[in-house]
Amino acid sequence: MLIPHPLLGPRDAQEFTYLGDASLLNRPDGMAEGALDAFNRHVYLRDNPAGVHRELWFHEQGDRSWLVVTRNTLTHEILGAELARDVALAQKGGAK
Amino acid sequence: MRFSGFRVLKEALTGHHGWKPLWRNPEPQPAYDVVIVGGGGGGLSTAYHLAKVFQGKRIAVLEKGWLGSGNIGRNTTIIRSNYLLPGNEPFYEFSMKLWENMEQEFNFNAMVSQRGILNLIHTDGQRDAYRRRGNAMLLAGADAELLDREGVRAMYPWLNFDNARFPIKGGLLQRRAGTARHDGVVWGYARGADLLGVDIIQNCEVTGFRIENGKVLGVETTRGYIGAKKVGVAVAGSSSRVMQMAGMRLPIESHVLQAFVSEGLKPVVDGVITFGAGHFYVSQSDKGGLVFGGDIDGYNSYAQRGNLPVIEEVAEGGLALMPAIGRARLLRVWGGIMDMSMDGSPIIDRTPVDGLYFNGGWCYGGFKATPASGYCFAHLLATDRPHETATAYRLDRFERGYVIDEKGMGAQPNLH
Repeated sequence: MLIPHPLLGPRDAQEFTYLGDASLLNRPDGMAEGALDAFNRHVYLRDNPAGVHRELWFHEQGDRSWLVVTRNTLTHEILGAELARDVALAQKGGAK
Repeated sequence: MRFSGFRVLKEALTGHHGWKPLWRNPEPQPAYDVVIVGGGGGGLSTAYHLAKVFQGKRIAVLEKGWLGSGNIGRNTTIIRSNYLLPGNEPFYEFSMKLWENMEQEFNFNAMVSQRGILNLIHTDGQRDAYRRRGNAMLLAGADAELLDREGVRAMYPWLNFDNARFPIKGGLLQRRAGTARHDGVVWGYARGADLLGVDIIQNCEVTGFRIENGKVLGVETTRGYIGAKKVGVAVAGSSSRVMQMAGMRLPIESHVLQAFVSEGLKPVVDGVITFGAGHFYVSQSDKGGLVFGGDIDGYNSYAQRGNLPVIEEVAEGGLALMPAIGRARLLRVWGGIMDMSMDGSPIIDRTPVDGLYFNGGWCYGGFKATPASGYCFAHLLATDRPHETATAYRLDRFERGYVIDEKGMGAQPNLH
């Protein structure tokens, strides 16, 4: 698999390590109401879709950036990659 | 139809015209007491034990393809009970004992061969860990022997004992472990269940659950609605997809694990050898092919095929351990989809939906569990209580902090 790194261009997936679903970026607030339940869902439960999946890959043997890769789990086709930092900032309501 | 030596002789003399199909191909009834979703090893073993041990009536097994078209036909056929933790080891030893009696019990040749499994040791730390594991196995009634370097050499003199990185210092041997003919297991359980009156319905995919007021009433299928008092789901590999139809998210990721077989060779490996440090394990089939594998590819997948880097890594591990196989050619490579759970251990439990039961999360260890997985799931379906060896396999153990993490990897499914 080749991952289209937004800064470095196409890179072999072997240079990366895999973490899991991109929802892991959304760490719950430990002080909020229902934090125990929120952390259970965050740490242990997964959508695990058959089809398009957004997931975190770490460019360990490259520039050590975290990427959010969009990939089809039925075909292994990679549909896109973004810097995880950009995704996280966008989720928090715009780049700051 | 029972098999016997006399029967084989009689058929041989009369042109083999007397053999009949091993199971019926019935139309689905409008309703059953228990519907089991998934006609693989787990589902068929469940149906067999439910009918035989717990005298269940009106049982159906629904399979979306043909029997055994999933992981029971895509594994490396190893059976063993060499686990460490108290939540696991009694269950796998129960499974091992069921393997030992299975062929006599269901009158079918599953080619269970107790040829032994050897886990190699390379460091003092690993020897301590395996000694502890061996003791845990003995406590649960299994067998275990710690071998020194010369003990391993006596069994497999052609291993590379002086690998620069992982020299072989000994091994943990379980003599009662071994291999079984995976398809024979499917066919034996299917025929056994069919003889006990279980309807095995193939090409019948479940497309939804009918749930009212928190209670399951039946399943929607490609062959119409089928009512059921209880529904048991045993579809490891596709668990998340099926349980999502009941509105559940599971502590499971689906990953692809590849397996390999070489061209047929003269007998050389008479047991099972695992080289954990090199991510490689191997046995030899009765046809002579070396059957081997390594780690999962490591990313979510439903593709039933993997990628080349893992093939290269497994081949490297194999050559490091057994340089003699350098000229052997690889014949086939295939992939299966594993339910990788968050602690590396399975789940056999009720669900929040009344009447809906779940069996899954087998990671890449489901084959050896086939008999006990079915027995314990049948126990749960019949009595609403977990079997005594499966009390730890609860669905809510993650939330409650009672994980069964053999490798101590945490909630990272691709590392289990």
